[in-house]
Amino acid sequence: MTATPSASERVITTHGLGRRFGGRRAVSDVTLSLGAGDCLALFGPNGAGKTTLLRMLAGLLRPTEGSGEVAGVVLPGGATLRGAIGYISHASMLYGALSARENVELTAKLFGMRNAREAAKHALERMELPDRSDTPVRLLSRGMQQRVTIARATVHSPRVVLLDEPFTGLDDSGSAALGAHLATLRASGTTMVLVTHQIPEGLALATHAAIMRDGALARMEEGEAWDASSYLTVYRGLVTHGA
Amino acid sequence: MAPSTLGAALLIARKDLAIEFRTRTAFFSAVTFALLGIVIFFFAWDPTAVSAMDLAPGVLWGIFTFAGLLGLQRSFGVEQADRAIDTLLGAPIPRESIYLGKAIANFVFVAAVQVLAIPAVALFYNVPLLEHAVALATIAVLAAIGLVAVGTLFSAMAVNTHLAEMLLPVLSLPFFVPIVIPAAQGTARLLAGRPAGEIIGWLKLLVAFDIVFVAACMLAFPFTIEE
Repeated sequence: MTATPSASERVITTHGLGRRFGGRRAVSDVTLSLGAGDCLALFGPNGAGKTTLLRMLAGLLRPTEGSGEVAGVVLPGGATLRGAIGYISHASMLYGALSARENVELTAKLFGMRNAREAAKHALERMELPDRSDTPVRLLSRGMQQRVTIARATVHSPRVVLLDEPFTGLDDSGSAALGAHLATLRASGTTMVLVTHQIPEGLALATHAAIMRDGALARMEEGEAWDASSYLTVYRGLVTHGA
Repeated sequence: MAPSTLGAALLIARKDLAIEFRTRTAFFSAVTFALLGIVIFFFAWDPTAVSAMDLAPGVLWGIFTFAGLLGLQRSFGVEQADRAIDTLLGAPIPRESIYLGKAIANFVFVAAVQVLAIPAVALFYNVPLLEHAVALATIAVLAAIGLVAVGTLFSAMAVNTHLAEMLLPVLSLPFFVPIVIPAAQGTARLLAGRPAGEIIGWLKLLVAFDIVFVAACMLAFPFTIEE
């Protein structure tokens, strides 16, 4: 299935994208087309291939089938592609012995930002973490670590943000801060792919919604005013009964 | 603009050294291992059968090799917790800079262990190591470059396996042999007061292995981390 971009510029396009691990096909025949400011909310049960798809779009995993282009770079891309992406995986990707500020600042420097310290400070402020910025990450709660992770992934204002379960571990205020931050990013033209099990939070940001099952997109649609409860019914029906 | 290969490598090395400075787990383990090894060899040594001049170089380089492995083990181990390696892999920097940064940090680690272990060997075995400080430092630096070049690559390869702690020595030690032999031979000749010409031959061998290992390992590294 294909979604047409809501903006003229296509930022993510894939045609029959797939990935095999030995004889096992983790992702198959994924065709997408997302424009600037689009947000695809991707739902699906564990093992559906969502993370594998995200890692391919992030340039961290080489596709074995099909083709794709992200931010004008053909997959699997290289340094140019990686420079345009902010990636949040379900692991924190942080160094526990370093402080929140040092983790974010390291990413800012690796992405070549000139004033990395200031950029890190602003990114942590956006996630409402300035007073804990010098605390080693291993001493922060799971929710606080997740906020640092989000600050790290977005410190360089990427064109494309790929998020794998970003709401995990966040309390209400953290979820609200993240939702507000992602809405701001979307409004500024950032293209997002959001993998989550939390359907209402995902749909609140989405311009496109898809359900992934057994490595393939089982359903994909475009819209803005989603009815979360009816979508949840559709999701359960598709995932549980395959209908 | 993303940092250059060397710029990114220095950022990564600085980050690794900051982590090690704060936790000190690998450094204290390596220094303790080195000092214990020196003491055990000392008490097992029969001075009437083997002279200190003959034994000390072997002890020194045997200890460095195994103590260095403790640091190399940790090199990519710190990246595995919470998949921090993805922060480096997702950055717009050449893959080679990750290898180079890790190798620089490992070199500092091995050199720091050497700085503490060499005086300990001089003290226990009463050999004039410190009288030849400059020449010994040259051998130590060249040997450390070779050891960390190979060890950093194998650390990256082993870390994703279930048997990382066993696999790293099994993979690395055969490749350490061409480094340890010239280092030990050069040190032995230095202590025996042999002519400089005899030592320079071993130094040239160390330089040759360093060039080959650094170039080959840096080229091979991107293939070990690509999925």
